[in-house]
Amino acid sequence: MSLFLIAALPFLGALFPALLIRAGRNASASSAALASGLAFVGLMLHAPAILRGETVQVGIDWLPVLGLHANFFLDGLGFLFATMILGIGLLIILYARFYLSRQDPMGQFYTYLLLFQGAMVGIVLSDNILLLLVFWELTSLSSFLLIGYWKHLPEGRQGARMALTVTGMGGLAMIGGMLILGNIAGSYDISVILQHKDAIQSSDLYLPALILILIGAFTKSAQFPFHFWLPHAMAAPTPVSAYLHSATMVKAGLFLMARLWPVLAGTPEWFYIVTTTGLITMVIGAVIALFKDDLKALLAFSTVSHLGLITMLLGFGTKAAAIGAVFHIINHATFKAALFMTAGIVDHEAHTRDIKRLGGLRHLMPVTFVIATVAALSMAGIPPLNGFLSKEMMLEEASHTYWLQNPYVVPALACFAAAFSAAYSFRYIAHVFLGPKRDDYPAKPHDPGFGMWASPALLVTLVVLIGLFSAKMVGPLVDAAAGAVTQSHPHAHLKLWHGVTPALYMSGIAVGGGVLLLALHAGLERIWTALPRPEAKVIFDRLTGALTERSAAITARLHDGSLTRYALIMVTFTLVISLFAYGTGTIGAPTRDLQDVGLLPLVGWICLIVATACIVLFHRQRFIALILIGIIGLIVSLAFNFLSAPDLALTQISVEVVTIILMLLALNFLPKQTPAESPVPARMRDGAISILCGLGVGGLIYALMLRDFAVPSISEFHLANAYKGGGGTNVVNVILVDFRGFDTFGEIIVLGIAALVIFALTEAVLSTRVRAYLLNREPDMPQAGDSHPGLMVVVTRMMMPVALMVAAYIFFRGHNLPGGGFIAGLIAAIAVIMQYMASGFGWATERQRIPYHGIIGSGVLIAAATGLGAWFSGQPFLTSAFGYVHLPPLEEFELATAALFDLGVFLAVVGAVMLALESLSRFAWQPGIPTEHAMDINPARDTAAQDPKEA
Amino acid sequence: MNHLLIAPIVLPALVAPFIIMTLRYHIDLQRIFSVASTVLLVAIALVLAVQAADGTVQIYELGDWQAPFGIVLVLDRLSAMMVLLTTLLALAVNLYAVGSKWDERGHNFHALYQFQLMGILGAFLTGDAFNLFVFFEVLLIASYGLMIHGGGTRRFQAGVQYVVYNLLGSTLFLFALGTIYAVTGTLNMADLAVQVAALPAEDSALIRVGAVMLLLVFAIKASLLPLHFWLPASYAHAPAPVAALFAIMTKVGAYAILRMYTLVFGPDVAVVEGLVGDWLLPAALLTVAVGAIGVLGSKEIGRLMSFGAITSVGTLLTAIALFTPEAAAAALYYSVHSTLAAAALFLIADMVRERQGGAIAAHPVMAQSGLISVLFFVAAIATAGMPPLSGFLGKLLILDAARDDPHAVWVWGVILVSSLITIMGFARAGTLIFWKSHGLDTSDTLAEPEIEVTGADQDAAPVPARPAALPFVATFALLAGLVALTVFAGPMTRYTAATAQDLFAPGAYIDTVLANRDRPVTESDHESAGYGTAAHGDGSGHGADDATTTEESH
Repeated sequence: MSLFLIAALPFLGALFPALLIRAGRNASASSAALASGLAFVGLMLHAPAILRGETVQVGIDWLPVLGLHANFFLDGLGFLFATMILGIGLLIILYARFYLSRQDPMGQFYTYLLLFQGAMVGIVLSDNILLLLVFWELTSLSSFLLIGYWKHLPEGRQGARMALTVTGMGGLAMIGGMLILGNIAGSYDISVILQHKDAIQSSDLYLPALILILIGAFTKSAQFPFHFWLPHAMAAPTPVSAYLHSATMVKAGLFLMARLWPVLAGTPEWFYIVTTTGLITMVIGAVIALFKDDLKALLAFSTVSHLGLITMLLGFGTKAAAIGAVFHIINHATFKAALFMTAGIVDHEAHTRDIKRLGGLRHLMPVTFVIATVAALSMAGIPPLNGFLSKEMMLEEASHTYWLQNPYVVPALACFAAAFSAAYSFRYIAHVFLGPKRDDYPAKPHDPGFGMWASPALLVTLVVLIGLFSAKMVGPLVDAAAGAVTQSHPHAHLKLWHGVTPALYMSGIAVGGGVLLLALHAGLERIWTALPRPEAKVIFDRLTGALTERSAAITARLHDGSLTRYALIMVTFTLVISLFAYGTGTIGAPTRDLQDVGLLPLVGWICLIVATACIVLFHRQRFIALILIGIIGLIVSLAFNFLSAPDLALTQISVEVVTIILMLLALNFLPKQTPAESPVPARMRDGAISILCGLGVGGLIYALMLRDFAVPSISEFHLANAYKGGGGTNVVNVILVDFRGFDTFGEIIVLGIAALVIFALTEAVLSTRVRAYLLNREPDMPQAGDSHPGLMVVVTRMMMPVALMVAAYIFFRGHNLPGGGFIAGLIAAIAVIMQYMASGFGWATERQRIPYHGIIGSGVLIAAATGLGAWFSGQPFLTSAFGYVHLPPLEEFELATAALFDLGVFLAVVGAVMLALESLSRFAWQPGIPTEHAMDINPARDTAAQDPKEA
Repeated sequence: MNHLLIAPIVLPALVAPFIIMTLRYHIDLQRIFSVASTVLLVAIALVLAVQAADGTVQIYELGDWQAPFGIVLVLDRLSAMMVLLTTLLALAVNLYAVGSKWDERGHNFHALYQFQLMGILGAFLTGDAFNLFVFFEVLLIASYGLMIHGGGTRRFQAGVQYVVYNLLGSTLFLFALGTIYAVTGTLNMADLAVQVAALPAEDSALIRVGAVMLLLVFAIKASLLPLHFWLPASYAHAPAPVAALFAIMTKVGAYAILRMYTLVFGPDVAVVEGLVGDWLLPAALLTVAVGAIGVLGSKEIGRLMSFGAITSVGTLLTAIALFTPEAAAAALYYSVHSTLAAAALFLIADMVRERQGGAIAAHPVMAQSGLISVLFFVAAIATAGMPPLSGFLGKLLILDAARDDPHAVWVWGVILVSSLITIMGFARAGTLIFWKSHGLDTSDTLAEPEIEVTGADQDAAPVPARPAALPFVATFALLAGLVALTVFAGPMTRYTAATAQDLFAPGAYIDTVLANRDRPVTESDHESAGYGTAAHGDGSGHGADDATTTEESH
């Protein structure tokens, strides 16, 4: 079976259990088992070739730019791990079917489990370290789901998060390490990397790469000081613990160390980091395990200890130690999975995992007792079980390992750990199963059904068989795996009796010590409880808690919602960066001379400065500020005119009028004064920055105006071709409607959108309580006694046609003389606004038959349609055309599509201004109460009733 | 002239006013036209992407005025990719807005939505710096309208901040353009490239100021620290579909930086040497860090997503700030990922918010908790850059591209550590929202009596309220996009690598845009649309007013 399929089957299979759970729990479990089983069979088909020492490879390019290929290969090591992952996975699926209760969502469980299984298989089959990283992080994610499976338990959630954080951190460190490693080797393919031992070990980046990769491996394999997540992952259902912590997740780190052993191992750095870490982990794990009363916690720390053991063996860097490591990986997987399952059985039946509440179960649960005892004895290293064999190998290697030239440190500590290991194994048997039968179990324990004990029973059978017939059972497998680790063809001498060796003595001491420790357990435990111990979870929780709180505080502090502060930061930053840009460049000499200052500009300039200064002084008085803004606008218009830009001046002045009116309207509903909100120092600071910015902008403009364009500007083309190509002599207008008509098209849309937004805003506000507030508010200043003075009404009505005529005139002359659709639109809008102001909103609205929305829409559409018209003659969007028409008796006149475009501009402007005005007016308008009489003092009016508007 | 080039701008510009004019009161018709328009945009964008895929650069001269004198639209690999991305995103988000009935909660949603698309697509397509400003205005004002869609005090507050901050940015944009124009006398981007490259090195100060101000404008849009302050509140309070669409808005800023700083102010241009290298990368890394910290420190799901978007865009800007073709290719790949992931996040945040409010805390189990938690999980993985999704690949590409940079250690360190913090933040939020709720005491809810069936329908089977499917379809579509981006990472990175090569060798772009520079203007060009009347030459009577205009122009 293709390796692709083997790796993909668990993922494909993960789809089914969650769906099939609706067809029943057996269907769900069967589908999971089928997927695993198929993959297992597929794997076994490769067994003969692998055991002959061959490797199988497949691959396709995934992300060739990066060197990330979906390459898989199967060698002895991968085969060993894949066999354990899939094989034990199958047993777990069977076990979990009977372990989980009806309340547990089993479909989810199997889906998560298969996702995890797929990720693990992916790790061990990957022939590309980046691909391996993908699967590596996937195991972190899927184990997160598995550990947090019981969502309602806080321990589950916290344990899941802790595992994800720690292993995720390791994974991220490993990303860095892998990228460095791949860079040194020139490829991310493992089979290539393994050929570059010398290049890697002599590289300057070897140590950083090693450390980063080892952080990944150590976090995953729960090595000190990252070991603390593993016991807390025990909050998961027992099948998960049995799977993750015997054969899979925690072995991933070991796998990685074994996989990269040929290129990373053998250096002093490797030896000291890996061996020391393994040794410490082994000792600490073993000691803590003895004092844990929770069965699963005991097993968890024993797992930590055994992982340390294997790590240490890998750290030795010798071939024999590597063989021992591989062998112990197999043995540990078998007995530890069985032990976890028996712990689960006890928990399931007795409803407690607390050793202190157990004891004497051998009578009640004989089958479980046998299974647990065999597995625990193997863990203790009692012959003839398989645990004994690999422990012998470990002690043998330890006995001749020098640590800083000291021959005693490693063997002594190994022996010490082995003694504790024996002790907690014995405790697992003695304090749970042996002893007198009790009558205070939380539930009445009895052996479970066959389905539940079948899996551990099979595993302990293996424990015994491997112990007795090690060479036959697993010899070739160990050879093949160790061959892959060491890149050679070793032959493991697996047998029970090696003669009287130092290892045998140490083993004996360990077992004896174990018995002794167990006998002294009660006393030791008192000492242990009295000792101050750092509680990893408390530290971790405090750390993450502090991190979270600090993050929240920083975030809240940084983003406090003060617009003033945001603007301050932005302006300051802009100023600094701009000054930096200016300072790092060089500026050439001015190319223009300063002009003389005339009297008129000087007067205008003084007005401008005074008005601006007054705004700074009086900006809290909003009416005054508005008037001052009007003055500034007027001066700017005059300046435009003075500088020979009549179009701009016209536009500016009409925009000024409309804006001031709209702002007056808005001010109607706002306080007339701005309260002083910031303290004086802040205002001083803001003022200083404003002045600096003003000086900066002023200086920039000054510098620009003293210099000519570096090359002739594009405006020369516009001047030359406005009439010839655009059919108009007013270049500004031709630029607006032709050369850059597309910009104008965009800008009228901006205007239209602005009006729509104001409308939508008004509607949103008026649909809330604000409306009632507005209607019932007390005016904060005296109102005019006569809101619609007759004189004004009369005058504005008379002016309306005149103003519209002016608008039409301005519109039509636009193409050749100052004017155009934009200005005309503003003038027309002013003409209508006058009616609203003089005669009232209600009166004007009644006479307004075309909705302003429609006017905006039609304006944009006309402009767009004009642009589209060009397509019919094969020209690009907005290509203009013009011609001259002679219709007697009129004089000859010009027709240009640009005028049509300008009409669109005109309409959009009128619509937008009027919609904005109408929207703002609605704040004061009471629907359903029309203004009956626009002219309040109309003497012909016969009703004396008050106009509701006045109320 | 390929009129399809302008279709992405003209189509929404026609549909939107049509909706305003005639369909104001018909939400169903608005939906039909809006969705149809978006579907059509996707089709157009696909055709354009196919046309651009071989590396040809196409231009569209508006009004038949050649560059640099008129405005041109330019379609190259980069703009085609961004246009396609925008339209795909827009379609999914539009469906969500329709399905979740967000579009009914205020006025003119669909019209503004189309205008918004017009602005974004125009910004991607235009080859003219001032026209870019115009489209920035269109998208800003439309986005403001969309942001406050539906109203509410907090949304208005956030909206005011958003629009004021961005108006400051617009002002700066005008300053920058004014400066650049005053120095170079041109606004066409390709022409700018030619002119800036030819500027004398001893007279560089002013163009440097203009260039850097322009960068700051784009940095505001892209929410680079410390110019990002507009983003968290506005994204958190914007209606979900709008926030999701906004995922592309930060990319507009990133796109503009990439475009201008490869085409005009490229790494080889002498006058802008050392202008951004020293501070852009640290600022981008700071963006990543602050975003990650925000993810961990958020108490509300909308803000969580906002900061997720910030850290994502920070990563993107980090890649851009390296200014190498490899990094640019990585950035382009990542930008597609970042857009889809951020959009999905905001939609999922909305689903949560609609069901239980936005606080990151345990609530009673919400409806469809399982499905939403799966979506959340996938989107969080994608955003945090965990395998197997495109976020991881994108991050790997960026780390790989940063390898030879002198600041590589910083880039790696910040991105990897921030990833961890992001993971922690999402894990915290996810477990609190989706898991802890299962641990709550549910006796209250269980105690509630079953719904009493009263009235005539007692015999009929109860009809359960069916939750709308369309929002889920839209969200799944976005996540499916991420999966596709992952699976087809190979072809995709080939495309982005080719795009990056184009960007760093802009000769073809410049030559194509300026090919017609010296084309003479003949009147016959401009009168063929004609009114069927006799055309005049420059008859003396119509040239009479020449004097006024020439005077005025100076």
